[in-house]
Amino acid sequence: MNKYLLSMTLTSLLLLPAISQAETAADNYKTYCMQCHGMQGNGMGANIQDMSVQPRDHTDAKTMSGRTDAELFKVIKEGGLAINKSALMPPWDSTFTDNEIHDLVKYLRKLCKCKHAG
Amino acid sequence: MANYLLIPLLLLTLSALSPAMAAADGSNILQQQCASCHNLTGPAATKLASLWQRKGPDLFYAGNKYNQTWVEVWLQQPGRIRPTGMFYMDHIKAGPKRDMVDQSTLSEHMKLDAADARAVAKALATMKANSALIKDEKHDPDMAPGPLGEMMFDKIYGCMACHQIEPGYGGITGPEIYTAGKRLTPEFMLSYIRSPQAWDPKIWMPNKHVPDTNRQKLVNYIVELSKENFNE
Ligand code: HEC
Ligand code: HEC
Ligand code: HEC
Repeated sequence: MNKYLLSMTLTSLLLLPAISQAETAADNYKTYCMQCHGMQGNGMGANIQDMSVQPRDHTDAKTMSGRTDAELFKVIKEGGLAINKSALMPPWDSTFTDNEIHDLVKYLRKLCKCKHAG
Repeated sequence: MANYLLIPLLLLTLSALSPAMAAADGSNILQQQCASCHNLTGPAATKLASLWQRKGPDLFYAGNKYNQTWVEVWLQQPGRIRPTGMFYMDHIKAGPKRDMVDQSTLSEHMKLDAADARAVAKALATMKANSALIKDEKHDPDMAPGPLGEMMFDKIYGCMACHQIEPGYGGITGPEIYTAGKRLTPEFMLSYIRSPQAWDPKIWMPNKHVPDTNRQKLVNYIVELSKENFNE
């Protein structure tokens, strides 16, 4: 094996654990959010039958563009109550790192195909 | 084969067989019939990929989680506990008003006879990983929420969004809660509500930061609920 290949192999070995640990926003959304916000992100999740406040439709550009990225970050991290909305929207501070929450905010922007209309 | 080889061999076989015939060996059954779906050694999943692949609930802390008599009874007559199976995304499909359970993807749990169930329940009761997580949980049965219990579970803490409080009523991505009081020890429930992530780092139940008094009340609500008779 030549030196270049060897060092490449060693580097990739070192990187591997770090890479496999980080979760993508898509995977996090699928695991934690779709149960209420739905497989399509449209608010029609498997849990909504008896919920007194219905989950937000994340594909609704009109409403979602009314929120700043900072507001989205806050509601994901601290839950609905933190922005005077329903407690049915949970806080996820014990589940995600701040970086993962920032990635989720970007992911929500892709779902609504919208930015904050500031 | 020479006689001096045959006799020890015979004795060995006999000694291996006889205890199994006398009484069912719980840990043997666990290794042979359950380990393919249940994690008996730990640790819990730390990555989503392994969480999604889980085929049954982790049992390596069973002795700190379940009531032994419940385990013994359930194993002989196992009914569904998680309406959407192990990872809900594998068991739902889009419906007209909301995502629906795809019943065809769910299968029934294997049954044990009374002797095996008893032996397995006994073996599971000795599996006490995570004792540090429950050692300081003191259950206070007197902190009853009364009629406020349901309001706390539903509106104030939003637990009902994922848990059913009676058959067909409530959310479905968490285990049914109306039988949890029979299934689980109060100490486990107190600890799990304090921090689901301490038991299962990647689980999709959020930490709702319930203050101590209200954690007691929620647990007592769950215990009370399980005494009601839901004729299923
Ligand atoms: C237990 C059900 C549930 C889960 C799980 C859940 N949500 Fe929500 N979410 C809600 C409900 C209900 C609302 C509506 C709150 C309201 O309008 O008062 C909501 C609202 C929101 C809003 C809109 C807040 C606003 O400004 O209107 C965002 C953004 C959001 N959720 C993101 C997420 C993300 C990201 C996840 C996954 C990490 C998630 N939610 C998981 C129930 C849930
Ligand atoms: C094919 C996979 C599979 C096998 C084999 C299997 N189980 Fe299970 N087990 C499951 C699943 C899935 C559940 C969850 C059922 C539910 O929630 O409705 C479960 C639930 C349980 C529970 C209840 C735990 C809880 O937290 O809800 C116990 C106890 C249990 N199994 C014990 C056993 C024992 C003992 C054996 C072997 C004799 C065994 N299982 C074999 C898949 C399996
Ligand atoms: C977003 C969904 C969700 C919410 C909200 C939620 N849970 Fe859970 N809960 C779960 C899941 C998922 C599990 C674990 C499933 C497993 O182990 O397979 C769980 C497990 C439990 C257990 C253990 C049950 C068992 O059979 O192992 C208890 C007790 C519990 N939750 C109580 C609560 C309480 C109290 C609240 C409100 C403070 C709450 N949950 C809010 C999803 C949720």
